[in-house]
Amino acid sequence: MSQTLFDKVWQQHIVKQNDDGSMLLYIDRHLVHEVTSPQAFEGLRLAGRKPWKVSAAVATPDHNVPTTDRGQGIEDPVSRAQVEALDANCEEFGITEFGMNDIRQGVVHVMGPEQGLVLPGMTVVCGDSHTSTHGAFGSIAMGIGTSEVEHVLATQCLIQKKPKVMRISIEGALPAAITGKDVALFIIGKIGTAGGTGYALEFSGEAIRALSMEGRMSLCNMAIEAGARCGMVAVDDVTIEYVKGRPYSPKGDAWEKAEAMWRELYSDDDAEFDAELVYQSSDIVPQVSWGTSPEMVLPVTAAIPDPAMARDEVQREGWQRALEYMGLEANTPIADIAIDKVFIGSCTNGRIEDFRAAAAIVKGKKVAANVKLALAVPGSGLVKAQAEAEGLDAIFTAAGFEWREPGCSMCLAMNADRLEPGERCASTSNRNFEGRQGMGGRTHLVSPAMAAAAGITGHFVDVRDWS
Amino acid sequence: MQAFTTLNALVAPMDRANVDTDAIIPKQFLKSIKRTGYGPFLFDEWRYEDRGEPEMDCTNRPKRADFVLNLPRYQGAQILLARENFGCGSSREHAPWAILDCGFSCVIAPSFADIFYNNCFKNGILPIVLDDAIVDQLFKETYASEGFALTVDLQAQTVTTPSGQSFAFEVDAFRKHCLINGLDDIGLTLQEADAIRAYEQNRKQQAPWLFPV
Repeated sequence: MSQTLFDKVWQQHIVKQNDDGSMLLYIDRHLVHEVTSPQAFEGLRLAGRKPWKVSAAVATPDHNVPTTDRGQGIEDPVSRAQVEALDANCEEFGITEFGMNDIRQGVVHVMGPEQGLVLPGMTVVCGDSHTSTHGAFGSIAMGIGTSEVEHVLATQCLIQKKPKVMRISIEGALPAAITGKDVALFIIGKIGTAGGTGYALEFSGEAIRALSMEGRMSLCNMAIEAGARCGMVAVDDVTIEYVKGRPYSPKGDAWEKAEAMWRELYSDDDAEFDAELVYQSSDIVPQVSWGTSPEMVLPVTAAIPDPAMARDEVQREGWQRALEYMGLEANTPIADIAIDKVFIGSCTNGRIEDFRAAAAIVKGKKVAANVKLALAVPGSGLVKAQAEAEGLDAIFTAAGFEWREPGCSMCLAMNADRLEPGERCASTSNRNFEGRQGMGGRTHLVSPAMAAAAGITGHFVDVRDWS
Repeated sequence: MQAFTTLNALVAPMDRANVDTDAIIPKQFLKSIKRTGYGPFLFDEWRYEDRGEPEMDCTNRPKRADFVLNLPRYQGAQILLARENFGCGSSREHAPWAILDCGFSCVIAPSFADIFYNNCFKNGILPIVLDDAIVDQLFKETYASEGFALTVDLQAQTVTTPSGQSFAFEVDAFRKHCLINGLDDIGLTLQEADAIRAYEQNRKQQAPWLFPV
């Protein structure tokens, strides 16, 4: 029988099917960070339980770590206590951890793929909604809460019900200067932040195939912003090439066997989906979010919407409230919006390709006078080292950017990097919720090239016209 | 986990769509390594005029007078009435922890984000999905009469208004069972230890690289 990519991977992980339609699903990889794990480890201790399969879990601190000099440790005592708790828990339970001063440390969703800890066809979980990132490898990757972190540690399983499957195809070649981030924002703009609720998404079509692994990760990363359980892309040569030779990838005979299995990870031609959407790549223009939800997003060529045009009362109130919070007027062209800060980094856009794209824009130029701070925060110590080997750090610093240590940084401002009330940021992160980057901060979600260009001109510009 | 059976309680209206978990509990409070103590910081940025910090004493912080949970008539509410896509965004379980710690054990909305919905059940909170039109009606009734309370019966799967109007809701049988009995599902899963081991043995043959020695 023909199957979808999702069904193939799901099927291989069913431990036990229950009468009520729920099932026990086996989890291959468990990524752990400091914020959502301490209460789970405490739960294990209280119940006298041990991790079921200790090699399945790998940890790194990312949300709380400073991006400035780490020689002094973490200044904020509460942040420090949380990172120290992760160190102590990993030590106690025997879990591999890439600590704050390990070059492999980084944003958990950058570190995992980079190390080959995420492989095609796996089930991957992490106490973080952006775990959806790893679907880029043809794996089923889901964000879970702390109770489930404890459940997976203790049992290596999750109790799940099979979600529906939706295929979203982007037909036609990928236009120049359009990135995985733009594709993600474009889709969310079309289907809304609840458009994927109850679904696993599979992204397919010529434009998706044309994306690099970095681009596919950016895209799947934001599947959660469409409300989906997970997002996936079928395995192809691009996937195989990326995985090959990574520290935790299989080697030798095991590699041959694995590759043969992974090559089967695509939706069969006549596979049936619960829902299907098709878009044309030529309709995708560099995206800029304007409001306080990722679905409030428009092409850079557009103008801020007028609440009078909203489809109903709930949306009208939402738009009104968003405009007020964002300090924007209806009908203002997006290109006229001036910014105060730039943030390039995060689990969405903290990979080497992202810094190459941004560096290409800023090379030989200077950050605009109205931009108070431009941050380039690599997603991991290894991304940082690679960028430095390519001379990208020098390009950023010459342009007036600050080149920082790896971590989640101003994506959610749990460390010292944040927006002050009223400040407006061109950000490569994933959420523009109220207060996300700091209380009263105003976030505009964009691709790395768009963020870099906004930093140079001081307002949003269409990178397709950049010279 | 506290069992949930029936509840007759005051309703507080949270009249906004797409309420995200960053709004429910802002990031600075995620630094705690405990499961409790988040209640005073629930909806922190909407509730107070200043910036909240972990372990702050909230009794004398300046409150936003017009924020719904600050209104005297909703004090003591245990049912939160919400709009579509409630709990979207981050997977932080601190969101249901804060809701529970603030005294709510039931949230009613036309739809919820998946992870938040699931997290509620793990903490003795019942999330109830009702039709948009019904939720709309409940908002109107909540605003119209001070002291408006609803009766929630999980066994019968009904929400009943003071006038006796009753609405049925769906809930997954397994989740209902766990909630009514206050069960820890890790214990239940560990009863399947043999099945998990058998799965692993079989899987190891197919994909040995997933089982490093």
